[in-house]
Amino acid sequence: MTERTTAQAPSPGPQDEDPAAGSATLDTVTDSDPAPGGRSQGSSSRGRGERVFRRLTSGSGLLVVVAVAAIGLFLLVQAVPSLMANNANFFTSPEFNTRDAANLSFGIRDLLVVTLLSSLFALAIAMPVSLGIALFLTQYAPKRVARPFAYVIDLLAAVPSIIYGLWGIAVLAPALLPIATWLQNNLGWFFLFAPGNLPVLTGTIFTGGVVLAVMILPITTAVTREVFSQTPRFHMEAAQALGATRWEVIRMAVLPYGRSGYIAGSMLGLGRALGETIAVLIVIRAATSPSHFSLFDGGYTFASLIASAASEFSQPLPTGAYIAAGLVLFVLTFVVNAIARVVAGGKVNG
Amino acid sequence: MATDTGLERPDRPAAAPAFQPLSTGRKLKDNLATVLVCLAFLVAVVPLVWVVVTVVGRGIGAIVSADWWGRSLSGVLPESFAGGVYHAIYGTLIQALIAGVIAVPIGILAAVYLVEYGRGRLAKTTSFMVDILAGVPSIVAALFIFAAFISILGAQQSAFMVSLALVLLMLPVVIRNTEEMLRLVPDELREASYALGIPKWKTILRIVLPTALSGTVTGIMLALARVMGETAPVLVLVGYSQSINFDPFSGNMASLPLLMFSELSNPEPAGQFRIWGAALTLILIIMILQLGASVVSRFSAISK
Amino acid sequence: MAKRLDLKAVDIYYGDFHAVQDVNLSVAPRSVTSFIGPSGCGKSTVLRTLNRMHEEIPGARVDGEVLLDGEDIYDRGSDAVAVRRTIGMVFQRPNPFPTMSIRDNVVAGLKLQGVHDKKKLDEVCEASLRGANLWKEVSGRLDKPGGGLSGGQQQRLCIARAIAVAPDVLLMDEPCSALDPISTLAIEDLIADLKKEYTIVIVTHNMQQAARVSDQTAFFNLEATGKPGKLVEIDDTSTIFSNPTEQATEDYISGRFG
Ligand SMILES: Nc1ncnc2c1ncn2[C@@H]1O[C@H](COP(=O)(O)OP(=O)(O)OP(=O)(O)O)[C@@H](O)[C@H]1O
Ligand SMILES: [Mg+2]
Repeated sequence: MTERTTAQAPSPGPQDEDPAAGSATLDTVTDSDPAPGGRSQGSSSRGRGERVFRRLTSGSGLLVVVAVAAIGLFLLVQAVPSLMANNANFFTSPEFNTRDAANLSFGIRDLLVVTLLSSLFALAIAMPVSLGIALFLTQYAPKRVARPFAYVIDLLAAVPSIIYGLWGIAVLAPALLPIATWLQNNLGWFFLFAPGNLPVLTGTIFTGGVVLAVMILPITTAVTREVFSQTPRFHMEAAQALGATRWEVIRMAVLPYGRSGYIAGSMLGLGRALGETIAVLIVIRAATSPSHFSLFDGGYTFASLIASAASEFSQPLPTGAYIAAGLVLFVLTFVVNAIARVVAGGKVNG
Repeated sequence: MATDTGLERPDRPAAAPAFQPLSTGRKLKDNLATVLVCLAFLVAVVPLVWVVVTVVGRGIGAIVSADWWGRSLSGVLPESFAGGVYHAIYGTLIQALIAGVIAVPIGILAAVYLVEYGRGRLAKTTSFMVDILAGVPSIVAALFIFAAFISILGAQQSAFMVSLALVLLMLPVVIRNTEEMLRLVPDELREASYALGIPKWKTILRIVLPTALSGTVTGIMLALARVMGETAPVLVLVGYSQSINFDPFSGNMASLPLLMFSELSNPEPAGQFRIWGAALTLILIIMILQLGASVVSRFSAISK
Repeated sequence: MAKRLDLKAVDIYYGDFHAVQDVNLSVAPRSVTSFIGPSGCGKSTVLRTLNRMHEEIPGARVDGEVLLDGEDIYDRGSDAVAVRRTIGMVFQRPNPFPTMSIRDNVVAGLKLQGVHDKKKLDEVCEASLRGANLWKEVSGRLDKPGGGLSGGQQQRLCIARAIAVAPDVLLMDEPCSALDPISTLAIEDLIADLKKEYTIVIVTHNMQQAARVSDQTAFFNLEATGKPGKLVEIDDTSTIFSNPTEQATEDYISGRFG
C-alpha cells in the first residue's frame, strides 16, 4: 500500500506539504503509514491555518469515536447501581419488575427471546426476498428501469417506523390472520407455531416479524445490490462462454463474488431489526405469561420495553434497570454491526 | 434476445442439430429463477403501495382542512374532530433543524478528515465507529442522552435533548454521504490547486467541498428525512404538549410522531382521525425532502 | 468434431453505433485464423459475435449470417447458450472462477451439462489439462483454487476449461497479451497442437505470433475514427505477410513488423 501512495503523481507545487499527502488521499483511509504532512513545520500563517483546520477535522472524527465510547460508558455507569440492587438473576429471569424501587427484580430472558425470535424471523423472510430483488435489479431488469426500480425499494426506508407500526397492527395483522391460523392449525406441533401466550393471533411476534422484514428489506437489498453490481465482467463472461444460462451465470460468478456482501447486508438488517422500537411496541402485544419460544407469543423486545416505560423514568434505580436492558441491546447491535463490517471486508460502506 | 427456445424447427435437415438444445431441466431451472426473482421485486413493492394507500386513504380527510395546518390541539376535546397539528409540525421541524445545525458541520469535518487527512489507527477506528454509530438503535441513542444529560448532568427534558439524540442518528448518514462525494472529486482538481501554491486546507474548503456540494446537500436532506420520523427519542426525552411551545430548551413540545403515539391511547374515533392525518402529514414532509434531495443531486458537478 | 465457419455480410452494432461493417469470411475446419488490425477496429467485436457473446451487451445487435457448418447460429431456432457450448472462448485476461478448485474449473462446463459421474469428470479433467499442457504442473494440486496459479498457468487452465466440453470451434481474444514470453510460447505450441482437432480463431496484436501460429490471416482496419471497422483483406498468412493485395495491409504490417 505504501508503494502505491508514494508512486503517485509528481510534486504538486511549492507549499509546505509533503507531495504525497495530497494526491494519495483518494482511497488511503486504511493506510497505516503516518501522515507525512502531519509534520508540517511552518510558523507562517499559512501553516497555522493548515494546523487549525487539520485539528478541527480530526477532532470531529475523534468526536464520533468518543460518542460511541460514551454511549457504552454512560449506559454502564447508570446500569451498575440497579444491577447491584437487583434481586433476580439478570440473565435468566423472565420477569421485569421495577415498580418497587426498593425491591427490584428484573431479568432479560424473555426480552432476549422475543427480540431474537422476531428479528431472526424477520431476517428469514427478508434474506431470500432481498436476494431476489438484488438479482432482479442487477441481472434481470433492463438498465434503463433498474435505477428507478432501485429507488422504489429505497423509498421503503423513507417510511417512518411509527407508520409501519400503525399499518402493521391496523391493516397487515388482520390480513395475516388466515395465514397465522392455518400455520397454527397445521404446524402447531412445531414449537415455532405452537399456541402462544396471547389470546389472539394478531399482534404476535409473527406479525411483528413480518413488519420488521418489510422494514429491513431496503438496507439488506441496497448492500447486496451494490456488491452484485460490482461482479467483474470477466467472471461472468467466463461462465457465459461455457454455455451457462443466466441463472447458472449467477450461480457460478455473481453469488460467489457477492456472498460476503450479502451476508454483511443481512447482518446490517438484523441490527436494524434488533433495535427497532416503535413499530414493535405498537404491533406486538404485551403478554402476561412467559414466552414459549413460539412465534405466536406476545411480549416485549429490549427496545419496545424501554419505550413503553419511558414516561416513568423518574426514580434512578428503576430507570437504571431499563438502561441495563438498553446496554445489552447496545452490545448486541454493536457485535452484529461489527461482524457485518468485518464480513464485508471493505466492499461496502454500510 | 437470448430467450429463444432451442426447439427444432420442422424444416431443419434430418441430421443431428448443430446445437444441442438445452436440457429441459436446465431451462426449467432458469425460467423458475427468472420468475422467482421478478416475484421478489413485486413482493417488495406490495407493502410500499399498501402503506402509502392506507395512509393517504385514512389521512386525507384530516389534512384537507385549513385548521389542520394552522391550529393546535390546545383545548380540543379528545372526541372532537376540530383543531390541528401545527404545534407538532413546528416541533418536528425545529427538532430536526437543531439536530442538523449541530450534526452537519461535525459530519462534514469528520468526512473531510476520513478522506483527506485520515491515516493510521485513529482514521481506521473512526471509520469503524461511524459504521457502529450507524447501527445504534434510536432508543439506545435516546437512553444515552437521558443517562448523560438528564440523569447525570441534571438537565430537564426538552426538545433540545431530542435534538441531541437526533444528532447521533444523523451523523453517520451525513459522514458517509459526504465521504462518498469527496472520494468522487477527481485528484487532478486537488493537484491543479496545489500546483498554484494553494495550501491543502484552502484547497479543501474552496475547491474540494464546493465540488462535492450537491452530493453533500443531498445527504443532509436524506438524513433530516430519516430523523424526522424518529419516535423513540421523543418518547424518552420530551413530554407531549397539546399546545404550541416555541422554546426548544424547556417545556413539553409536540412533534408528529409523538402526537401519533399519544393519540394511540385516545379511544375516540377522533384519535384515529388525528393519527392518520399526522401520518400523512409526516409522509408529505418527508416526501418533499426526498424529492428535494433528488432534485439537488441532479445538479451534481461530478458525473458519477 | 471441428467445423467450418462462414460469415456472410455481417454488420455489428452497439446501440446506434455501427462498429463493424459488411464482413465476409470463411474459416476451414482444423485451421488457425488470426485477426489483426489497429486497436478499436472491431476484432474483438467480430470474435464475440462468433459465439453470440456480443448480445450480452445491452443494445448490441448483429445483422447478416454466421454459419457453422452451414447452420446459422443466429437462427431463430437456436439458443445462445447452446451455441456457446459448441463454440468455446478464451479471453484476454485469464478468468478462472476464483472460488472453484482447479478441477472444478476444468469440468465446470461439463457439470453444467449435467455430467456428474465422478470417473468421467476426472478423466475429462486429466485429458483437458494434458491437452492444455498444464497437467504436469498441477496434477498434484487439483483441489487448490484456480486463482493461485501464475498468469500463464491460469490462461492454460482457461484453455483446458474451454476444451473440456469438446467444442467445435475455439475463439481466443489476445490470449497471450497478459503473459510473459515463455508462457506465450507455451500457448503458441498448444495452439499448434489444438489445431489438429479444433477450428481456431485468434485475435492478436503480435505480428510474429500471427505469422507463427496461423494458416490464414484477416486484416481489419478503420477508415476513420467514428466510422465502422472493415475487413480489409483475408488470405493465407504467408501471402498476407509477404505479398498483400491491399496497400493498407502492407502499410500496417511493414509499420509494425520486425
Ligand atoms: N461495450 C461496448 N459498447 C459500445 N461500444 C463498444 C463496446 N465495446 C467496443 N465498442 C466499440 O466498438 C469498436 C470496436 O471495438 P473492439 O473492442 O472490437 O476493438 P478491437 O479491435 O478489439 O480493439 P483492441 O485491439 O484494442 O482490443 C470500438 O470503436 C469500441 O469503442
Ligand atoms: Mg480487443
